[in-house]
Amino acid sequence: MTATVLRVEQLSAAYQKNIVLRNVNFQVQAGSLTGIVGPNGAGKSTLIKTLLNIHPALSGTVTFFGSPLKKVKKRIGYVPQRSSVDWDFPASALDVVMMGLYGKIGWLKRPKKQHRELAFKALKKVGMAHYAGRQIQQLSGGQQQRVFLARALVQEADLYFMDEPLAGVDARTERAIMDILDELKKQGKTVMVVHHDLQTVTDYFDHVLFLNRTVITHGKTEDVFTEENIRKTYGGSLRLKGVTGDHVFRLVKQ
Amino acid sequence: MFSDLLSSNTQWVLFSTMMLGAAAGAAGVLSYWKKQSLMSDALSHAALPGVVTTFLLFQTKQLFLLITGAAITAMAGTFFIQLICRTTRIKEDTAMGMILSVFYGFGIMLLTIANRSSGNQSGLDRFILGQSASMTESDMWSMLCLAFLVAAVIFTGLKEWKLYLFDPDFGRGIGLPVKRMDIVYTAVLVTTIVIGIQAVGVVLIAALLIIPAASARYWTHSFKNMLVISAVSGGLSGVLGTLISAAGSGWPTGPFIVVVAASFFVFSLCCGKESGLLVRYWKMKRQKKQLEGIFPSSVTKEVR
Repeated sequence: MTATVLRVEQLSAAYQKNIVLRNVNFQVQAGSLTGIVGPNGAGKSTLIKTLLNIHPALSGTVTFFGSPLKKVKKRIGYVPQRSSVDWDFPASALDVVMMGLYGKIGWLKRPKKQHRELAFKALKKVGMAHYAGRQIQQLSGGQQQRVFLARALVQEADLYFMDEPLAGVDARTERAIMDILDELKKQGKTVMVVHHDLQTVTDYFDHVLFLNRTVITHGKTEDVFTEENIRKTYGGSLRLKGVTGDHVFRLVKQ
Repeated sequence: MFSDLLSSNTQWVLFSTMMLGAAAGAAGVLSYWKKQSLMSDALSHAALPGVVTTFLLFQTKQLFLLITGAAITAMAGTFFIQLICRTTRIKEDTAMGMILSVFYGFGIMLLTIANRSSGNQSGLDRFILGQSASMTESDMWSMLCLAFLVAAVIFTGLKEWKLYLFDPDFGRGIGLPVKRMDIVYTAVLVTTIVIGIQAVGVVLIAALLIIPAASARYWTHSFKNMLVISAVSGGLSGVLGTLISAAGSGWPTGPFIVVVAASFFVFSLCCGKESGLLVRYWKMKRQKKQLEGIFPSSVTKEVR
């Protein structure tokens, strides 16, 4: 029996007048690697932001490791969408990774040599050691994504939230990122990833959370990743071509 | 004329515009990366009625009161801009333009009344275009304090400002007090504007916030260096602009400071080390040559 690291009850969130999330309930077990899937506008990013209190919740309670968020912030890592920031900002790859260490360095304190070494190690882990001093604007999309991942890794969190870390990256970077996620899982860490490619869900994730304004279903991939659930989540406008033998589904537009 | 420049009076006027320019240059970098350069212009225009109302009500130029008054109307201005964006179909730039001009017009109206009632001759021009000749010793002290305040606020929290400007969402996630930093940021901006109004004027203070930061962008890829370069370029603009305006009698300081700052910008745009036009042209030419060495026939003028 594994421990529950995240418990979400009756969570709702809204942007101005539009309610984006309604009555969201789920629990996540330690050591799981969960893919959050759902159509555009289903509230996947909003869910993560609301859990982390980056976006205010309308109602509901969220418990991490049995405590409220405030007490355990340091145990939670976050990788925002790559497109959410301006990469023209004057900073090097190492500068950005250092941001993940701010909590450890302490507010208003200057980073020390040991922090710089930690950040460098994380860059090395994602295969970006050669780019530490590179201006972030000069990095490719995949490299920028790796920098974001390295920034989350230095947090040494127990629970990670990643918002589309595989969006717009090439196959090699995708493989490299997934290797790191698998390694995190082996270390007993919990990872939740917003994911778009239904074809790779069964390969990458041991749990799936289907989301469309609310949780459609959530559970082990082999149990819940079915044609019926995909259709329920994505609506009737999509016809599914299922190759049930090896659990690969293709979405075909009618 | 040049003997005037050497008088102690002129010297500390020069010193104070330098301090103001440096403070505005550094604060401008914050608003540059917060993508609120135009917002600083709206803030400065919206601060005018606040300054004048405070002056009318209390008949004093005590700095703290003036700043409070300016902050109130500046906040009211931003509030209205956000209100218009939220509740109507009008876009932000239009809303800013509306609020900016209405508050400015209102401020000028009040200023005319203040001028009539107090009989203060130099008042009007001073607030609109800036008049270093009318600056007092206390103005100098306030500019000196401003420069120290801005430098202290920015450099003690340098890494926090970086995160705040680059990725506030991630910052919130790891417990960065983003809301409190919003307040500090706005306070720094409004204080700079209110103190700057006296030297540069309400119309042009925004230029002193915007232009040095834009120039600095062409010289560095480091946030810290950008702050320093922007502050130096702002400070130099302040000194040179004041020097030039001191050459004539009754010439306003603001426009000259801004013109000097703008010429720095043009220089940076052309010669800047990082993606300045000349450097870019030179690099492109070099790459073309390299490419010609590899594929002599395939390179045409269309190749970028």
